[in-house]
Amino acid sequence: MDATDRRIVEATQAGLPLVAAPYAALAAELGLDEADVIDRLARLKAAGAIRRIAAAPNHYRLGMTANGMTVWDVDDARLPALGAEIGALPFVTHCYERPRALPDWPYNLFAMVHGASHDEVEAKRAEVAAILGDACRGGDVLYSTRILKKTGLRLRRKAS
Amino acid sequence: MTDLDATDRRVLNRLQEDLPLTARPFAAVAAELGLDEADLLARLGRMRRDGLITRFGPFFDAEAMGGAFCLCAMAVPAARFDAVAAQVNAHAEVAHNYARGHRLNMWFVLATEDRAGIAAAADAIEAETGLRVLRFPKLREFFIGFRVAA
Repeated sequence: MDATDRRIVEATQAGLPLVAAPYAALAAELGLDEADVIDRLARLKAAGAIRRIAAAPNHYRLGMTANGMTVWDVDDARLPALGAEIGALPFVTHCYERPRALPDWPYNLFAMVHGASHDEVEAKRAEVAAILGDACRGGDVLYSTRILKKTGLRLRRKAS
Repeated sequence: MTDLDATDRRVLNRLQEDLPLTARPFAAVAAELGLDEADLLARLGRMRRDGLITRFGPFFDAEAMGGAFCLCAMAVPAARFDAVAAQVNAHAEVAHNYARGHRLNMWFVLATEDRAGIAAAADAIEAETGLRVLRFPKLREFFIGFRVAA
């Protein structure tokens, strides 16, 4: 990623201009040409730095007001395939393998589950449990009770 | 909740998928949906202004662009909870922090330039609070299929 790529990333952190030719508008803002901007965005996508260009829905405003961090103790050998299956569920927003911290914390799969109500989250959690089946030795769910701090992720400039 | 008509819902469902990298990308999406470009842009702009969409643009993989992240958790005694929250939040490396209903009742994400920065920040919080900071770095990320069915 070069300095121009970083400028593109910074200029689009808040979003793309919602106009008919958004890449041309972005290019004009940065003093670049449209084809260069499109080419760079395509390369950032191919490299995995951009996942997709899309709308981030406000799930609270769309009625998805409940969420729980579900955590599971899954057989390590079966985790790659099962994790992929859980991540692909339409109500899971984040799905990661993380290390256990024994004896305090036996769980190695984290899946954030969203729903319209607490009951819906519990029903979806049961769906996850059914998929994991006997590969899972236990699970739990942690509901957030308060936001203590929330900042946007800032893009840091490399020192060198 | 703001009213969405059936067309708004189709637009929102489609725009959670990838926008093409072409000169007139919204025209291409509008054609897929049987709409015209101006109508689609007007609906998108309205949903953005009304806050149904928090953002429209590239979804970045923060780690692919450099930087390190780590989910951390602490078991904080109830009597000290607010004081410890203030100590934790005072670190610029703490990107967000949630109280959760569990024995491990404080969960936060550290975001730093590199992995050494994660250890330094977590160690500093342990030293200041006298409490253990459990560290749960991401070992593997599974592909996310999440879309809000609008």
